[in-house]
Amino acid sequence: MSQKPLFQTGANMIDVLLYAALAGLGVAAVTGPLGAFIVWRRMAYFGDTLAHSSLLGVALALFLSISPTLSVIAICLVLALILVVLQQQQTLASDTLLGILSHTSLAVGLVAMALMPEVKVDLLSLLFGDLLTVNINDVLTIYAISAVTILLLLKLWKPLLAMTIHEELAKVEGIPVTAVRTAFMLMIALEIAIAMKVVGVLLITALLVIPAATARRFSQTPEQMAIFASLIGCLAVILGLGASWFIDTPAGPSIVLSAGLLFLMSLSKKN
Amino acid sequence: MSRALVELQGISKRFNDVTVLSGVDLRLEPEQILTLIGPNGAGKTTLVKIVLGLLKADEGQVSRHPELRIGYMPQKLHIDPTLPVTLGRFLKLAEPDLALCRNALKEVGIEKMMSLPLQSLSGGEMQRALLARAILRKPNILVLDEPVQGVDVAGQEALYRLIGQLRDRLHCGVLMVSHDLHLVMSATDEVVCLNQHICCHGHPDQVSNNPAFLELFGSKTAPYTHNHDHHHDLHGEVIGDEPKTPLSNGCQHD
Repeated sequence: MSQKPLFQTGANMIDVLLYAALAGLGVAAVTGPLGAFIVWRRMAYFGDTLAHSSLLGVALALFLSISPTLSVIAICLVLALILVVLQQQQTLASDTLLGILSHTSLAVGLVAMALMPEVKVDLLSLLFGDLLTVNINDVLTIYAISAVTILLLLKLWKPLLAMTIHEELAKVEGIPVTAVRTAFMLMIALEIAIAMKVVGVLLITALLVIPAATARRFSQTPEQMAIFASLIGCLAVILGLGASWFIDTPAGPSIVLSAGLLFLMSLSKKN
Repeated sequence: MSRALVELQGISKRFNDVTVLSGVDLRLEPEQILTLIGPNGAGKTTLVKIVLGLLKADEGQVSRHPELRIGYMPQKLHIDPTLPVTLGRFLKLAEPDLALCRNALKEVGIEKMMSLPLQSLSGGEMQRALLARAILRKPNILVLDEPVQGVDVAGQEALYRLIGQLRDRLHCGVLMVSHDLHLVMSATDEVVCLNQHICCHGHPDQVSNNPAFLELFGSKTAPYTHNHDHHHDLHGEVIGDEPKTPLSNGCQHD
């Protein structure tokens, strides 16, 4: 179901490419600023853990016959809350905790899918994305969710920045840190739900972290870094899709590889 | 007597069954400088966080002045090097008016650093930057957690003098934590020695008998000496020759 049909009319092929490009750009535009916060707050492993848990969300959606987008958002949020509670207990180091949850949730997702033989799942497309099969409904979902995320991010930009610099200082100055932190997790969950189609469960963190890290060298302010990260992400989507289209490489990994190459090139810029 | 800025009564706090604070009373008057001193693990930062409302006490009362505006200077900032943020931008998070930000920097003496990355400031400059951010809120109480941390001795003296000047200009109370038991600035109105409970409190000794000390550290720094009638073991428990008496009445000082 995920394979590119061998014979297509010209119009269909252009549709496929257009939808894929629109979907990729819609996701990359938001992963830029969100990824910047993930880099600044050192939450890359946290993002990875949530992304891995989204496989469980898909399994749940298949089992209950509900929308995978909704169930992925729900599972990510539940996992994020579990993490917050466990981190407050402080019995294990944060990264150990993330390592346990990240791989356990991935394993639970894989096992759950294997236990549902009546449902045919293309595991590879879940793990590494399936950009060339997006349809107009996927594109609309992506833009609706991206719009919500961007509005939330604009509204919470200043408090989030203040919390990133010093959470307790922000709290003393009157910022409702728990509410803002929860909203930030919601944004990550929303973004994971739509990025899954583009780069897959295993590569979502790359789309968050690599463009932001690349943008760092060209940025003097947090806002510049967020916008440059968006643009770099979009460029990676175009390059990756181009490679996928012309030399028939898998789209998701090609996008991440393009982002990685852009990062390598950015290293040549002297600070 | 005017109303206290902050008053704590009988504050106790435990973390995982370890008692950090027990029966602590504290009162900060307007325009008073109060310094909390005590060894590592004495509960100084915990007490400050209770004053700030960042932590809730297990027992006891906290009453804050209804118009309390807190300027807080945390111990340290850990800013990731990937965050491109200048000193000016850091201050703008607290006060959007750039002219006011510049004034605050002038007041703490690092106006020239305004457009530098926050991560490039030295220890002393960073402490001044944090102080500038705290006074931008036009506070009536400044809460400073180890304000001279990572600053050399000459810089420490200058910083303490600056804090005294800020108190005079802003007419604010100052609650300050000092890690060092031996160096307490003479400008402090009241010193509270904390070691899970309050060991003693009062005016710091005015005079230092030690000319060599004055020569070395400057006249603004005076050693604060006091005598206990009891000793503390490693856990801060009161110990003595006599059978151990309850904390509430066994902790006396002269």
